Amino acid sequence: MLSAESLKRFDREVAKYPAEQKQSAVMACLAIAQDEKGWLAPETVEFVANYLGMPPVAAWEVATFYSMYELKPVGKHKLTVCTNLPCALSGAYHAVEYLRQKLGIGPGETTPDGKFTVKEGECQGACGDAPVLLLNNHRMCGRMTPEQIDRLLEECK
Amino acid sequence: MLEIEIDGKKAQVPDGSTVMDAAQQVGVYIPHFCYHKKLSIAANCRMCLVEVEKAPKPLPACATPVTNGMKVFTHSQLAIKAQKGVMEFLLINHPLDCPICDQGGECQLQDMSVGYGPMKSRYSEEKRVVFHKDVGPLVGMEEMSRCIHCTRCVRFGQEIAGIMELGMSNRNMHSEITTFLGRSVDSELSGNMIDLCPVGALTSKPFRFTARSWELQRRRSVSPHDSLGANLVVQVKHDTVMRVLPHENEDINECWLSDKDRFSYQALNSDERLTKPMVKQGGEWREVEWNVALDYVAHGLKDIARDHGGETIAALASPHSTLEELALLKKVVQGLGSGNIDSRPRQSDFSADGKRAGTPWLGMRIAELAQQDAVLVVGAFLRKDQPLLAQRLRLAASKRSKVSLLTLGGDDELIKLHARRTVAPSQLVNGLAAVVKAAAEAKGVAVPAEVAGVEVCETSRRIAGSLVEGEKKAVLLGNAAVQSPQAAQVQAVALELGKLTGAIVGFLGEAANSVGAYVAGSVPSAANARTMFEQPRQAYVLMGIEPEFDCANPQVALAALQQAKMVVALSAFKHAPALDYADVLLPVAPFTETAGTFINAEGRIQSFNGVVKPRGDARPGWKVLRVLGNVLNLPGFDYLTSEEVRDEVLGKGAEFAAGLDNGLNGVAVALAAPAAGLERIADVPIHFADPLVRRAAALQQTRDAGVPVARLHPDTLAAQGLAGAARVRVRQGQGSAELALQADAGVPVNGVRVAAAHAATAALGDMFGPISVERA
Repeated sequence: MLSAESLKRFDREVAKYPAEQKQSAVMACLAIAQDEKGWLAPETVEFVANYLGMPPVAAWEVATFYSMYELKPVGKHKLTVCTNLPCALSGAYHAVEYLRQKLGIGPGETTPDGKFTVKEGECQGACGDAPVLLLNNHRMCGRMTPEQIDRLLEECK
Repeated sequence: MLEIEIDGKKAQVPDGSTVMDAAQQVGVYIPHFCYHKKLSIAANCRMCLVEVEKAPKPLPACATPVTNGMKVFTHSQLAIKAQKGVMEFLLINHPLDCPICDQGGECQLQDMSVGYGPMKSRYSEEKRVVFHKDVGPLVGMEEMSRCIHCTRCVRFGQEIAGIMELGMSNRNMHSEITTFLGRSVDSELSGNMIDLCPVGALTSKPFRFTARSWELQRRRSVSPHDSLGANLVVQVKHDTVMRVLPHENEDINECWLSDKDRFSYQALNSDERLTKPMVKQGGEWREVEWNVALDYVAHGLKDIARDHGGETIAALASPHSTLEELALLKKVVQGLGSGNIDSRPRQSDFSADGKRAGTPWLGMRIAELAQQDAVLVVGAFLRKDQPLLAQRLRLAASKRSKVSLLTLGGDDELIKLHARRTVAPSQLVNGLAAVVKAAAEAKGVAVPAEVAGVEVCETSRRIAGSLVEGEKKAVLLGNAAVQSPQAAQVQAVALELGKLTGAIVGFLGEAANSVGAYVAGSVPSAANARTMFEQPRQAYVLMGIEPEFDCANPQVALAALQQAKMVVALSAFKHAPALDYADVLLPVAPFTETAGTFINAEGRIQSFNGVVKPRGDARPGWKVLRVLGNVLNLPGFDYLTSEEVRDEVLGKGAEFAAGLDNGLNGVAVALAAPAAGLERIADVPIHFADPLVRRAAALQQTRDAGVPVARLHPDTLAAQGLAGAARVRVRQGQGSAELALQADAGVPVNGVRVAAAHAATAALGDMFGPISVERA
């Protein structure tokens, strides 16, 4: 189901907790699984649950609770635009509009070539750099003016 | 102890109590949804907000620990405002469908809305819709928009049932209760979630839309299924049982019921009910009046007793029969000059008979199970045989008890186990003997000579270790141990272990009245349940028994019944195979239609009354037997009530049966040689264990009621050349059955797991006998 490398990363996470509480590693393991697969299919969630000896539905609760787990396939590059208040005041919706112009997709959609997905996100805790955009859950990009967005999209191509 | 004042009422509560506990103690009601005394604290419904002196905000009573001198106000302005606010939020998305809701009239949300809610809703926007889910034939999740997300059902699965099947996916306004990928809820305790649900989100599928709660009359009864004797509230409308709920009894079933106890009532209203006495004449079945049927039976039995002797008559009763029925059947059989009566149809080893020190029982009170430091369960399919005893052990194991298993199969009992060893049925004695030897070694005492020859494995040492260390400990013998061909030996070795470690030896008990059957004297003085068929008789009286499902060896039993001159079946059901071998069918009332008494595993005497009138011409078994005694002109059949029968057997006013003792006198322990060839391992599937559950429509659609498959260890499969086969034919004696094949590493090597008590396997022989397997 998952590569040996991912499983090695699983074990690293599992080792952080007492043996009888290895389900504590569920969030990390789901993230690792998503890294490899791009998204969390129910089968992937069940695999992770079985690996950690927990009921599948308990892992499913976690996977559905947090917005950064993807339960449907997403593009290669996921752009999460924060639309909470400070970002919204500083032009987050302009950024969303600009992305729509450039990519032809709105929040929650994926480009037909499977390259880009745009999502609306919640506060990233970097309001000083508003509007903020998160690339693939990991890279935080601040002050997303159209020029900045152009540069980022160029980089992703 | 801490001092607390709630609404001006002072109380002393133990350290660690919550405000909710304290309120219950002083008799102040605090409204709540998510709080339940048997479940962990979630504090997510916020309904129990109360004002606490010096706290700036209202606090949830269920999750606020009492501090010394705390002053709580449950009816202050702040508290009332909080309650009203919470109620308004809860009702925002709750549909206003009480008139068509199954929970209407017994709904906590409805009651609380009246008691604590605002007069009308200010919310005029669209309500959220949650899709319905199909999770099996018992629990209905049809109107999930009603859910208020208290998570009681989720916590019940995690904490009580031991398996988390429901969960809450998504969050905030998108939260919903689901199973993973729409799978079914298969726990044998699932029905309790319906009781726990404070709204109409989880409903009882068999009961839905058949009655309103205020139309139902509530009557007490006792479950006739497993050895627990769960207390029931049977709800009745127009002389029909509409549903069954638990009657709370902390000593027995707490506030739970197994699905078997809860849903078996469907069988009471089934079309298969026998409602008229029937007699077979010239191969034709005729419905007759009671007096004709009883005359026929009396003459038949009398003639056989006169012509061939009393010992050619045998009677086999179900251990689900009442004490009164068992006592009177024995009296009738004795009156005919026969000692051939038994009520242990699935047992195959009777060598302990006559050597018992008393009536076999649990060895302790049910509530004491939770206090054991170490428990060894021997030869049991625990979760399916005694669901609620398993639940007690599960809770005990999660706290302090070390629970170990010595079993015949790899079933997951959902208990945190200390150790587990699986052995073939023929090795049960040796497996237990290994624990005895390990215990002797651990204690540094001489190893009893009889068990010295056995090999001790690491697991046995681990089990023995827990039994030697603990303060309170028990060795519990399950149904398979009692049904095994070495039952007496297993008991003897268990007693040895008990003597060595100070552990209590007990029996989990097969049926509602297994203990009662001994007390009623329904034990043979001549032929037992096995020999009465092995040496065929002229006449048989069967009470509540369906031999092809209930007997240890259906082949032998059926052959004996076929050749008999007369077979009288007292049964609540028109059982198709009985039409073939029986000559008279007498309709006797099931537990809801008769007064009677069950004695449960702990020896507790529980009498109950009929809750509805008998169906058609069916009559309570004790009355039928009483009149039969009169027709036979036997002395001492003048009982007017079932209580008279009970008092004659038990004496007046006893709470627990006397003479309970698991000791054995003069059974020598001998190790067993390994069996040559394959041995059958037969469990009794939970929903086929007795005639009632077999006919409960909803239970029959559950996963537990699936057609049995043959399960073998992968190594056995390879050795038998069956690797890759999909179906196999299993053979015992003259009979065979074609079953699907499943590799199961939990089955011991050379074991063939084939369930008993099912039509698919009724042609087979001994439950734990030799068996052969071939490709189908």
